[in-house]
Amino acid sequence: MADKLIVSSSPHIRSGVTTRKIMLDVIIALTPAAIASVIIFGLQALFLIVVSIFSCVLSEYVSRRVMKRESTIGDLSAVVTGILLAFNVPVGINPIALAFGSIVAIVVVKQMFGGIGQNFVNPALTARIILMSSFPSQMSTWAAPFYYLHRTDAMTTASPLGILKEGASGTMPALLNMLVGVRAGCLGETCAVALILGGIYLIVRKVITPVIPLCYIGTVALISLIAGRSVAFDLLAGGLLLGAIFMATDYATSPINLKGQIVYAVGMGIITMLIRIFGSLPEGVSFSIILMNILVPHIERLTRPLAFGKERVRK
Amino acid sequence: MEFTFPANPFKTHGGADVPHRKNTAQIESAVLPPPAQVVLPIQQHVGAPCTPLVKIGDTVLVGQKIADSSAFVSAPIHASISGRVSAIKKVMLPGGQYTDAVVIDSDGEMKVSPDVKPPVVETPEDFVKAVRESGLVGLGGAGFPAHVKLNVPKGKNIDTLIVNAAECEPYITADHREALEDSWAVLSGIYAIRDLLKLDRILIAVEDNKPDVIEVLSKIAYNETNDPENHVRVLKLKARYPQGAEKVLVKSCTDRSIPIGKLPADVGCLVMNITSVAFLANYMKTGMPLVTKRVTIDGSAIKNPQNVIVPIGTKIAEVIAFCGGYQSEPKKILMGGPMMGLALANDELPILKQNNGIIVFDEQEAHLNEPTACIRCGHCVFGCPMNLIPAQLEKFSNARNVEKLEEFDVMDCMECGTCVYNCPAGRPLVQAIRLGKAMVKAGGKK
Repeated sequence: MADKLIVSSSPHIRSGVTTRKIMLDVIIALTPAAIASVIIFGLQALFLIVVSIFSCVLSEYVSRRVMKRESTIGDLSAVVTGILLAFNVPVGINPIALAFGSIVAIVVVKQMFGGIGQNFVNPALTARIILMSSFPSQMSTWAAPFYYLHRTDAMTTASPLGILKEGASGTMPALLNMLVGVRAGCLGETCAVALILGGIYLIVRKVITPVIPLCYIGTVALISLIAGRSVAFDLLAGGLLLGAIFMATDYATSPINLKGQIVYAVGMGIITMLIRIFGSLPEGVSFSIILMNILVPHIERLTRPLAFGKERVRK
Repeated sequence: MEFTFPANPFKTHGGADVPHRKNTAQIESAVLPPPAQVVLPIQQHVGAPCTPLVKIGDTVLVGQKIADSSAFVSAPIHASISGRVSAIKKVMLPGGQYTDAVVIDSDGEMKVSPDVKPPVVETPEDFVKAVRESGLVGLGGAGFPAHVKLNVPKGKNIDTLIVNAAECEPYITADHREALEDSWAVLSGIYAIRDLLKLDRILIAVEDNKPDVIEVLSKIAYNETNDPENHVRVLKLKARYPQGAEKVLVKSCTDRSIPIGKLPADVGCLVMNITSVAFLANYMKTGMPLVTKRVTIDGSAIKNPQNVIVPIGTKIAEVIAFCGGYQSEPKKILMGGPMMGLALANDELPILKQNNGIIVFDEQEAHLNEPTACIRCGHCVFGCPMNLIPAQLEKFSNARNVEKLEEFDVMDCMECGTCVYNCPAGRPLVQAIRLGKAMVKAGGKK
């Protein structure tokens, strides 16, 4: 019997939550926004999401293979990155450019730094920024909602933040339209209702805590209020909800302690609003998240929780 | 003196909702017929090992002291059956270390030693001495000699006794059954300790997944004749692992935080396991030292899970055979619960004093996924009752970075396993932390 018994370190049971199950929950949470994007921007949106997922998973598979490491596509994290990247591009993007973005996200940002959990910035957002500088016109050409129902080709419009910032021609969408996502923008960012639904699902499933999204969104609302802007508009326009719920909460690139998460989220809110108010770009969510991602190791160092029963020693 | 009882437990950090699996809670404990042989290691406690007082060929009686030490932090060993000492040999303890053990072959008569008589206790000093003679160690699993705890150093003012009946480990119901089957002794033991240490406040801490224990103990505790001044109260705790861990328990019951490296006595508390308290009462009445133990035998590979009262030193295999044996091939045998128990190399080891359960997993239950990469989800941080950062500690341990391990308070980890239980990547965090602690200890000796 002795040679058949397992002798291992305690504990001997697990909660059953695995990385794969967490990623599956994120995918489920992203589904309402994906459906909304297909309704608003047509089947091309679905096609782009599929292209993005496929190229992300393939990039992950090939890069792990080349690096002679065990395959990690089973953890579904590449699928999540694929969906998020597609959510961060306009419907008019060339699918090949999107595939290029996927390779950047998975190979350069994620795998070259050691794979899941090791990347120091959000892969999908970094890829988005690379795409913005590589294909600036494609990345800032916004198709009008339901353009696919009209016969005219290339029906484009300005994004709400673009209208505000650059005085681009166009009429501001009504608040109700902003809420359900009938406005110009990236694929997954427009439908606030779907994003919030996904966020609630993630909180209920305990995949994320509300700390980061609430602190981020709350900071944006507060600054918007002080600056005399339309708070509802600042919350619903651009990629704030998508960013706050799904990108800022990325495990690998956010602090693992409560106090750090608050500092991190408030920082993102401040940078987002600074860019929106003073920057030359209309939108600042991507940059604010990436900037705070980079600061995470320092935030964690400065906000380290005190061990139980330990007095704070002033140095 | 003024004393108040909390209406509700105080807030503690972290923890996990582990499954309860208290399958044996409603089954009356069985008594194991005396075995043909017992093996009694001379170290079944924290502290100095004992030296055998008997030699091969000696006849011993039940309750006879067979090993003792001159050190204060130690606990004597008593014969659990009557018979002949057939060998004194090296045996392996659950942790893998070897120690001497006295082997007694039964004469089948269970004759009780004439030394077994109620102790005469008049002063706190007598009490501590008597407790030492009883061989009692912390029966919650730690195995710390009980008299050391009760020997409160001068200058330390203990105002609260916390009777630990949290029993937060899955499967284990030994304390649960003790509370139900021996509730008189629990209360009697509490009064004995209260009178000798002059305590004002006694909290019996029970998790809310044991409503029957709460009901039974409340009924006796809230008793005008036994306790007219209402010194004893049952406190219902939230069933959340690791509620029964000493530091967590003291925080739940009194809102006092035990500083790093300190003991409950440093914040005015004395924590004793409920079975230890009940044993004390029985010992004061009969003088029978610690020679039997109630053990929960459960797990997917056990045919008839139940609590069994066994003579200490009985081979695990014999107790399992008494419970109908294995119903499927055993893959993992745990001494203790699934969260903090030790995985044993075989079932030939003897039941020790502080054993409260033997849990045997079949193949399916023993299966654990291979660890995958840390995804920095922070579940380990949010779950840690000591407010540590297990994921970081694992990295420092793997990098053998003693300085960082110390800076991040690795020694404060009590190895409760909450972090590993919660970890979606299945990282062996506790294992790494144990290695890290060993490195720090080795580094400190230089």
